[in-house]
Amino acid sequence: MVDIAVRGVSTATADKRSGLQKMMQRKSTIAFLMTLPLILVIFVLVAYPAVYALYLAMLNKGMTKFVGLSNFDFLFGRETFWMVVWQSCLFAITAVIFKAIIGLIVAHLVHVIPSKGQRKWRGMLLVPWVIPAAMSTLAWLWLFDPSYSAFNWLLKPLGIGPIPWIGETAWARFSVILVNVWIGAPFFMIMYLAALKSVPEQLQEAAAIDGASWWQRIWYINLPIMRNIIAITALFSLILTFANFDIVRVLTRGDPLNSTHLFATWSFRLGIESGDIPLGAAVSLFMVPILAVAATFILRDVNKRGNEA
Amino acid sequence: MATVTIATGAPTRPSYGSISRSRRWALRWAYVFLVLFAIFFLTPPVYMFITSLKSSAEIAAEINPWWVFNPTLSNYVELLTQNVYLTFFRNSAIVSVCVVAITMLISVVAAFALARMKFWGSATLATGVFLTYLIPETLLFIPLFKMFAWVNEALGIQLMNNWWTMIILYPTLTVPFATWIMIGYFASIPKELDEAALIDGATWFQTLTKIFIPVAMPGIIAATIFAFTVSWAQFLYPLAFTTSTDQLVLPVGIITTLIKGDVFNWGQIMTGALLGAAPPLIIYAFLMDYYIAGLTAGATKG
Repeated sequence: MVDIAVRGVSTATADKRSGLQKMMQRKSTIAFLMTLPLILVIFVLVAYPAVYALYLAMLNKGMTKFVGLSNFDFLFGRETFWMVVWQSCLFAITAVIFKAIIGLIVAHLVHVIPSKGQRKWRGMLLVPWVIPAAMSTLAWLWLFDPSYSAFNWLLKPLGIGPIPWIGETAWARFSVILVNVWIGAPFFMIMYLAALKSVPEQLQEAAAIDGASWWQRIWYINLPIMRNIIAITALFSLILTFANFDIVRVLTRGDPLNSTHLFATWSFRLGIESGDIPLGAAVSLFMVPILAVAATFILRDVNKRGNEA
Repeated sequence: MATVTIATGAPTRPSYGSISRSRRWALRWAYVFLVLFAIFFLTPPVYMFITSLKSSAEIAAEINPWWVFNPTLSNYVELLTQNVYLTFFRNSAIVSVCVVAITMLISVVAAFALARMKFWGSATLATGVFLTYLIPETLLFIPLFKMFAWVNEALGIQLMNNWWTMIILYPTLTVPFATWIMIGYFASIPKELDEAALIDGATWFQTLTKIFIPVAMPGIIAATIFAFTVSWAQFLYPLAFTTSTDQLVLPVGIITTLIKGDVFNWGQIMTGALLGAAPPLIIYAFLMDYYIAGLTAGATKG
């Protein structure tokens, strides 16, 4: 449209065709120059490192010679590696499921109250997402403190505890998931609330008059309409959760006995702290398959909706 | 709306009374559960605040940890007179402000080109921008670590252990999403608007500054908030690339310097964390609608 308009103007003035062509060239040149900083950032600091990681993972520890896949071979033979795989999947899948459920419940709760109070509640409930994760995890670390845990103080009169929140494998795994759910659920709530607002009011009313229960209205009207947003938010969060670093790093540092390590924290331990960069790179690369799958689904949806618009 | 119509219909048609009553009960239960969830979501920040008002003696005492018996501001005074904490704060502030400026400059200009000036590969690039956004920093810090060593050898520029390195790194986290938000906002501007400007003889630059930026201001504010909160909260890159106390940014500074070995000075740690969380919280409190718009744009725009 823009091109046509411009061309129309130029032919109307009716002097130079070559001037028009020059301008067309200039337009795409300008556009390219305008996106050049973006392209540089993407290629130098994201695309190149991502590919470089693949190369690094195939060097020996001193990074002096190419060793092919032997780093991966070494990892497959280590028990800790399989524990990290298991913990990463357990952490990401459990956390995303709970975030989605809590987000959906809270979004519906906020949606049913009168709209003038919604803003206040929504504002309050999003606070965990706004606080930097490293800072809020410190608060959890203090709440989970072995000797001064404020939770254990509350549970003591009930005859429970003291619970070793971050001291025992099972509890520590529970705790890192709990903190992740606490931080991430408000994001789901906001996304689902936005989706709920797009459900036509008339549908709800019609169903209510026809005698549909509250639960039936959610199951047969809201959820099918929200299906797309529910899936995208979950996939998006799956990527973030699977690649999570801050929470585990601050809360447990992978302890006890490496049982709470995720790919990100373990590759940090190996690559930066123990100085074995190739092995760290190899570990971090195991995040790629699940990221690729989730990203493919998200992109497909984004492109689909882009074409509809 | 639904509530009102049903409720006013109730006296004349008794059969609707049960709907109205069940609505009222549903509302009551909704509030009960909302309060429970609010307690769950707000306990850690509130406990942060409670602890920040306590002296070390009170923290170590065997008394109710959920109450402050002798409130004191000594943690705040101590922290804010410590040069080291102020250094973290300054580093964080400079890094975040610079990153926001760089991000907005790159992404607004690029988004304008991608949304309006179709050129070879522009659609692929737009998809690539979104894909980049999905690549987590946890995949990139190790190769970047090695690349920095190489830059030091080849060019003699020491990127390691410098707070300003973060100004180079953070845009990788903020630019893709900010560009994505801006493409969405720019694409929603009616084409007639910039066509009219072009016919009147405006240059591309004028179209951008006089029309697109003012019209897409809400999007720009949302993207700015996003860029600021991301750079303020970033933890992995500074943890991996900076070590000296005077080069640290806030999140890493609090965790590495206030936690000395196994001695935890919890009053100060909580105060530091709370003050560190304050800038994003204050921005959120005043610009909540823009914050939420930026948050939901990722999944609803496109």
